[in-house]
Amino acid sequence: MSNYILEMNNISKIYGNGVVANSNVSFNLKKGEIHSLVGENGSGKTTLMKILFGMEAPSRGEIILNGKQVQFSDSKEAIKNGIGMVHQHFMLVESFSVAQNIVLGMEMKKRLFVNEEKSIQFTEALSKKYNLIVDPKEITKKLPVGVKQKVEILKALARGAEILILDEPTAVLAPQETEQLFKELMHLKAQGHTIVFISHKIPEIKLISDRITVIRSGKTVGTYNASDVSEKEISNFIMGCEMDISIKKNAHHYSTNKISVDHITYKDQEQVQLLKEINFGVKGGMIFGIAGVQGNGQVELIDMLTRRMPIQNGDISFNGQTIKEDTIAQIRKREVGYIPEDRLDQGVAVKESISDNMISNQIYSEDFCKHGLLNFKKISAFVNRNISDYEIRCMGQTQPIGMLSGGNMQKVVVARECENNPQILIAEQPTRGVDIGAAHIIHKKIIELRDQGCAVLLVSADLNEILKLSDVIAVMYEGEIVAYYDHTEGLNEEQLGIHMLGIERHTPEQIAKAVNRDE
Amino acid sequence: MKSLLDLISTSDFIYSIFRVTTPLLFASMGAVVSDVAGVPNISLEGLMLIAAFSGMFFSYLSQSALIGLIMALVMAVAFSGLLAFFTLHYKTNIILGGIAINSLASGGTIFFLYLVAHDKGTSISLASKVLPTINIPIIQDLPIVGHIISGHNILTYLSLLAVLFTYYLLKKTALGFHIRAVGEKKEAAESVGINVTKIQAIAILFSGLMCGFGGAFMSMGYVSWFSRDMISGRGWIALAAESMGRQTVLGSALTSFLFGIADALSNALASMGYSSDLVKTIPYFATLIGITIFSVRIYRKSKKIA
Amino acid sequence: MNREKSFNIIRTLFSMVAAILVAFIIIVMVSKNPFESIQIFLLKPLTSKRYIGNIIEAAIPLIFSGLSISLLFRTGLFNLGGEGVFYFSGIIGSILAIWLKLPPILLPLACFTASAIAGTAVMLVPGILRAKYNANEMVTSLMMNSIVLGIGSYILNNILRDPSVANLVSYKYNSDALLPVILKGTRVHAGFLIALLCAALVYVYIYKTRSGYEIRVTGTNPKFAQYSGINVTKVIIMVHVLAGAIAGVGGMVECLGLHRRFEWTGLPGYGFDGCMIAMLANNNPFGVVGASLFVGYLRVGADLVNRSADVPTEMIAILQSLIILLISAEKLLKKYRQRWIEKDVKEVNHEVAS
Repeated sequence: MSNYILEMNNISKIYGNGVVANSNVSFNLKKGEIHSLVGENGSGKTTLMKILFGMEAPSRGEIILNGKQVQFSDSKEAIKNGIGMVHQHFMLVESFSVAQNIVLGMEMKKRLFVNEEKSIQFTEALSKKYNLIVDPKEITKKLPVGVKQKVEILKALARGAEILILDEPTAVLAPQETEQLFKELMHLKAQGHTIVFISHKIPEIKLISDRITVIRSGKTVGTYNASDVSEKEISNFIMGCEMDISIKKNAHHYSTNKISVDHITYKDQEQVQLLKEINFGVKGGMIFGIAGVQGNGQVELIDMLTRRMPIQNGDISFNGQTIKEDTIAQIRKREVGYIPEDRLDQGVAVKESISDNMISNQIYSEDFCKHGLLNFKKISAFVNRNISDYEIRCMGQTQPIGMLSGGNMQKVVVARECENNPQILIAEQPTRGVDIGAAHIIHKKIIELRDQGCAVLLVSADLNEILKLSDVIAVMYEGEIVAYYDHTEGLNEEQLGIHMLGIERHTPEQIAKAVNRDE
Repeated sequence: MKSLLDLISTSDFIYSIFRVTTPLLFASMGAVVSDVAGVPNISLEGLMLIAAFSGMFFSYLSQSALIGLIMALVMAVAFSGLLAFFTLHYKTNIILGGIAINSLASGGTIFFLYLVAHDKGTSISLASKVLPTINIPIIQDLPIVGHIISGHNILTYLSLLAVLFTYYLLKKTALGFHIRAVGEKKEAAESVGINVTKIQAIAILFSGLMCGFGGAFMSMGYVSWFSRDMISGRGWIALAAESMGRQTVLGSALTSFLFGIADALSNALASMGYSSDLVKTIPYFATLIGITIFSVRIYRKSKKIA
Repeated sequence: MNREKSFNIIRTLFSMVAAILVAFIIIVMVSKNPFESIQIFLLKPLTSKRYIGNIIEAAIPLIFSGLSISLLFRTGLFNLGGEGVFYFSGIIGSILAIWLKLPPILLPLACFTASAIAGTAVMLVPGILRAKYNANEMVTSLMMNSIVLGIGSYILNNILRDPSVANLVSYKYNSDALLPVILKGTRVHAGFLIALLCAALVYVYIYKTRSGYEIRVTGTNPKFAQYSGINVTKVIIMVHVLAGAIAGVGGMVECLGLHRRFEWTGLPGYGFDGCMIAMLANNNPFGVVGASLFVGYLRVGADLVNRSADVPTEMIAILQSLIILLISAEKLLKKYRQRWIEKDVKEVNHEVAS
């Protein structure tokens, strides 16, 4: 008999579109450990955990829980067997209160109706027991990301989760919040819970785990005691070889101011101030990084810069001309590229071909379309060149883009936005959810544009990316710029984290430097 | 003009508002629940038509209004079950599925009408049994008010109860919470082990049940026969009412009454000898204008905050 | 790679066969002489030139309606106004066909222009409401159907009606307006050629022009279209204009090709038929022609059975709804599809290994 509470043996999963997410993966858990599941984006970590949580059916393989073979046809059965999962994208009903979310599906009743008072008491008691403090009556929509995560953990615990799966929980947190989360996890571990921690950030994996299982392109590399392997070794396991992902960045050559944001403020429908007095400027040849915890006004700011949202107060100009009255089409005419955060939402049309997806911002140019008729010869040459330049793995330009992997799909988006000589590039989480190889190509292209004199505004929750690419960095907190660094030497993630949580602010004089006006 | 004023200020006219609003209320409640669950059922029109036909046919066969009503409910629920099966199990798009059920109902009822009555227009030869009207003691003796409130078909009273029922169902019961959770964020409901398919099926079947009542009222209360396409857009008007009521129970009920008034008005005008071709379009015009005003208002509002 | 495409074709064929099987079941249940009736249903439409002509005649309005709806569906718009457009544009065009005096070819052209304009006008109401204010186009288009039916019958009753005839029909059309028969021994008229021309034009438009590109992209992901700088409002209005014009011409073609007077007393039902055609065709313009001929065949079959065996032709409506349900059933036959894909993946893995 094994001393494992859970064994997953030789799991394979083939998705409906033919993608092989797992092939012969094995994974096991000892009671009361924190076990990290690591691998780069798209390596199959999440799929494996979705199988364990009953959300996906494995194509092959067996799951043994407490010595008994089990098969979960849905999450309900997984929950019944003491498994809980906190997903990367929160599974909360935003219009419900915290308590309503926590008791959802297990409501206590008073005759025919739901007993709301009991739900609140239950939530309070639970919150005390695990030292995860939340306000049961607050509406979920209004909560900051860190608190939503607590609600998610409580939700799992309320259902008796003994094994708790956390999918990339630190991706949305500031470094200091991560520390807090780790304390909470250790507390849970002390109470006998077993935790599966999914991540690709090696230092924190080393810090929190007892054991580590590495997955690479859908296959298990191996399971190790955290104390036996070094960070460097883990990194090699993840990538399979020593891969050079360092980026050579030449010294900057700033030209004139190309983006200037003046006194931008914004209040939403409920009169909540989401942006306060935002002032900054980006020069040609500069990568201006904006760091911040999700939901601190970055989305609204980008929506205004790209005219998805009207400018309520203040002004934005590109190359000295205001864009206040522009439509999206007019913004495009100003040679602006925009890599959106969520490619599936607005970055691609999944059913259309790679070719159709790569020209959407150029169909009004004489080159590609004369007298209303598309010029397929030129289009095809352009698309083929990009496919080879960006190493897009596909079966040709007529293949529907929906059949590509996340990384290749993102390369199509980046190629489209970068290959028509933009003067301004707005990049929002440009490498979210893509593999290291693709991320590397994308980073190289962004730097290349900067070297050609393009003004790049980079917004990312990935501090590593921000530090690697940016020439200057601003930090946003609660809709304000609270810190500005006009160089990045000696700057580290912890320092940015202090600003991201609003603990430390720069002086107004320092922040005013972000304007980068032409002398 | 004066005669029109006279007409609409009579208690007969107000009485008739309740009468014509009855099917709209039922259907709009069905629309609310299915829409809140994230599976907007657009086949209300067809389901009511099926219920109307079944009510007529089975009450004629059994000579019992009650059996007619029960069969109307059974058939409407059964066909909403067909819709639920295809959309939830085979993942047919709910809108296309709704279109299919509507066209099935429209052609299918004529098909069977012809088989049983050898007529493709109406079922005059097979008169349906009519559901009873209810006189409320004491109130019926009051002047005017008694005439307006009392003496309605039993389903008219039931339609008002259906509004209350739906309200409490969605707001207070566990099922209601689940329906709302499923509609707002399916994954969230799934992640806590709520069976999304089951909840959505319940919601679609509930809308079928409501249409059963609405359709039965048409052939066994509003009139006592079945005629082809006799629902004449009421299912769609109910959908419009639901969307203008912003997916809320009370809002949809109120809007249903608004459209009911337009319907009553068109009937009143037709009875006064105005061109029936044009007057008949009043409820549809009212709905179209209602949707227009509503949409423009929402649009302006969203523009203002932005 | 085109597993996806071939899978779609299989599902379409499956739906067609299922529809025919259901037709058998209905016939067996209703007809007194089921085997003969099935034979009539299945084979008789193909036995004579006249019946084949009937199939084409039946297909003509379906092609127009299918093209119109497929444009809308492709853009992600569920507008069912084709119904009202057919009727109303027929009424408006009939006014010209009755009273306007022009030489032969010009007169029908004038009628088509008028009906296209009328169709566009009717479609634009839900179109603009949707494009500008995001009002649900399905509800508004259905309201428009009832409204234009009311207005149309008012015009028919008060202006066009020929009092010398007992039925509710218009005066006779000017004979110069009528479309000539193009196939001797049948009633197949020049409208068929117009329909084919329309299908070809729509094909070129969708796949070869910028405007068609805008429609395709908007249909798959309107947010992506907007993000790319495409004016989605304009696209939606444009699609409604085209759909209205095509359905409008379709209504007039039907009137001038088959009738000598305006004879519809209610909505002709082509709007809903168009939905099914568009789905059978997977929104492909040439597919629309094929799907229309298939449905035309079913109709002629049902009609012949009706004459000989007393099975009401409304049987067709039941078959049509079944086709819609089955074709749009994404998960239908999915087990086979998954097996296919897994087999493919295995083969690829083998190749890689060896």
